[in-house]
Amino acid sequence: MPRAFTPKVITANALLEGDAIWFTENNEWSRDIADAELITDETHADLRLIEAQAFADQIAGAYLADAKQTENGPAPTHFREEFRTRGPSNYHHGKQAEA
Amino acid sequence: MYKYDDFDEAFVRERVAQFRGQVERRVDGSLTEDEFKPFRLMNGLYLQLHAYMLRVAIPYGTLNSRQMNQLAFIAEKWDKGYGHFTTRQNIQYNWPKLPDVPDMLEALADVEMHAIQTSGNTIRNVTADHFAGAAGDEIADPRPVAELLRQWSTDHPEFQALPRKFKIAVSGAENDRAVLRAHDVAVQIVEKDGQRGYRIFVGGGLGRTPMIGKVLRDFLPEADLLPYVEAVVSVWNLLGRRDNKYKARIKITVHEHGIEEISERVEQRFAEIRPSFTGVDQKLFAEIKEHFAEPAYKSSATDAFDAYKAANPAFQSWADTNLAEHKNSEYAIVSISLKSHGATPGDASSEQMRTMADLALRLGHDELRISHEQNVILPHVHKSDLPEIYNTLREEGLATANIGLISDIIACPGMDYCALATARSIPIAQEIATRFDELKLEHEVGLLKIKISGCINACGHHHVGHIGILGLDRAGVENYQITLGGDGTEDAAIGERAGPGFSADEIIPAIERLVLGYLDIRDSADETFLQTYRRLGMEPFKAILYPEKAEANAA
Ligand code: SF4
Repeated sequence: MPRAFTPKVITANALLEGDAIWFTENNEWSRDIADAELITDETHADLRLIEAQAFADQIAGAYLADAKQTENGPAPTHFREEFRTRGPSNYHHGKQAEA
Repeated sequence: MYKYDDFDEAFVRERVAQFRGQVERRVDGSLTEDEFKPFRLMNGLYLQLHAYMLRVAIPYGTLNSRQMNQLAFIAEKWDKGYGHFTTRQNIQYNWPKLPDVPDMLEALADVEMHAIQTSGNTIRNVTADHFAGAAGDEIADPRPVAELLRQWSTDHPEFQALPRKFKIAVSGAENDRAVLRAHDVAVQIVEKDGQRGYRIFVGGGLGRTPMIGKVLRDFLPEADLLPYVEAVVSVWNLLGRRDNKYKARIKITVHEHGIEEISERVEQRFAEIRPSFTGVDQKLFAEIKEHFAEPAYKSSATDAFDAYKAANPAFQSWADTNLAEHKNSEYAIVSISLKSHGATPGDASSEQMRTMADLALRLGHDELRISHEQNVILPHVHKSDLPEIYNTLREEGLATANIGLISDIIACPGMDYCALATARSIPIAQEIATRFDELKLEHEVGLLKIKISGCINACGHHHVGHIGILGLDRAGVENYQITLGGDGTEDAAIGERAGPGFSADEIIPAIERLVLGYLDIRDSADETFLQTYRRLGMEPFKAILYPEKAEANAA
């Protein structure tokens, strides 16, 4: 039996600021994971990752990260990805400061 | 202090110009990330969790006030007004924007600094004892040796594509403050029969497979240093495993081939290349030494210091904890703690940097050092100036009296910044320091080194902490493993794992239990944590850390 595919989002860092960003259904990059396309199919995920990587002049280092659906849209499941939606814990810097 | 010669200056400027072009081509899309990445890493630019990070080399941790002021300026102009000093005696900026980085590098070049060879499989920033040139116990200032090695290794044609990174540390004293035995190669200045020479260590390193360095040559004549180190690097360059990055460091090569075989090969290679070193290196060494001449010490009464100490208990506590013996008895070495309780270990704001620079300029012979323990040192302060230094530091939150104590914690950036991290380390350090400050116990506990890493790479030196903490990801939850009995000094030891890890909620109470438990079992107030551990071994500490288990065993 094939391993179950856990839902994913595509994420990267913005080329100029290095800030965490997520790939949306409309082929745009958002600073908010809630806007991301939640991908539930493995083949589709591979395809979308290739499409995402084509934005070489906007992003660096795109990858697939586990995520789950919530009322507000996709949200991270792992603490590392959760930190990326927020910023560091020792200073009020990064996304948490921009919100 | 060492001044760039024209060649260095031209080389650094050219590298900045090249990088400017590369950034432009990256931004306009003509370079892909894969193409660009090696270029940015060569210039110390990493991509982390929330932003880029620029790592700037501070060779052997030595700075003057002009350089420190420039670091403050860079932090303010292009970052968020602070910098993070690391265990490699570097400074890291956590928030640079890609298009600004060439300007940052240009500003560094203006004060003869750069970010070259802070990354990649090269010989990295050479580190040194942070008390170099000042310590009462040193045979000679190790920085000229470090500078010689830096010049020899920078852009060395043979060593730009090594099997892996290569770290060198240098010290001039028997008391090891530079963690020599945790470096790929370490050089200790020694004396034998009135002759100056070097003891060479090889194969130390932390990370996934921690190893204590071994003595490769007990006494190497002074003039043989570069050919000998070159022989070591080239033997490893040949034998080092390129098939597996976890086995590529020289510690593994030494482990796999044995120190005897490595020694034979090194001696053989050394004999081959020795004749090609015709003495130019020694001439250079003599020139370099002139740049590290001792400061023009002043001489005046020091009784104002003693009187102030007697009158001011807070000053006395700071003086007892943060001063070290200088080779000139009218002077002291001041350690400025970047570990005020609850702050991020190693971080300094631009204002703090300026305050320290100003003190160095006015009252410290214009010298500053960065320690691998993430503090700043004023190496040469006349004792009569200490009250003023203290009071100025206090106004900037820089007078915490905790050097060597439980809150003087080394912590790597961990998962608050680092892309490689498996857990956070900074909040753990903050909470431990805050907790022991509340308990008002840290002076009673005494010398105790806690070191925290956010992953197995061990940038936080956890293996050599008296108490080491390693943050891991256990099934998607942060988990902290404790090691005990590590030591980074001349009695170097790798800490032993105490048992199962603790969750983020449990780790602070566990450390508290451990330290309070130690107070119960030490044989006197003079016995340090490490000494108690060495006397009693792991068992009593395990019983303290895991009381349920101890009870179950007793039942
Ligand atoms: S130890 Fe790991 S988490 Fe900490 S700075 Fe080094 S690589 Fe990053």
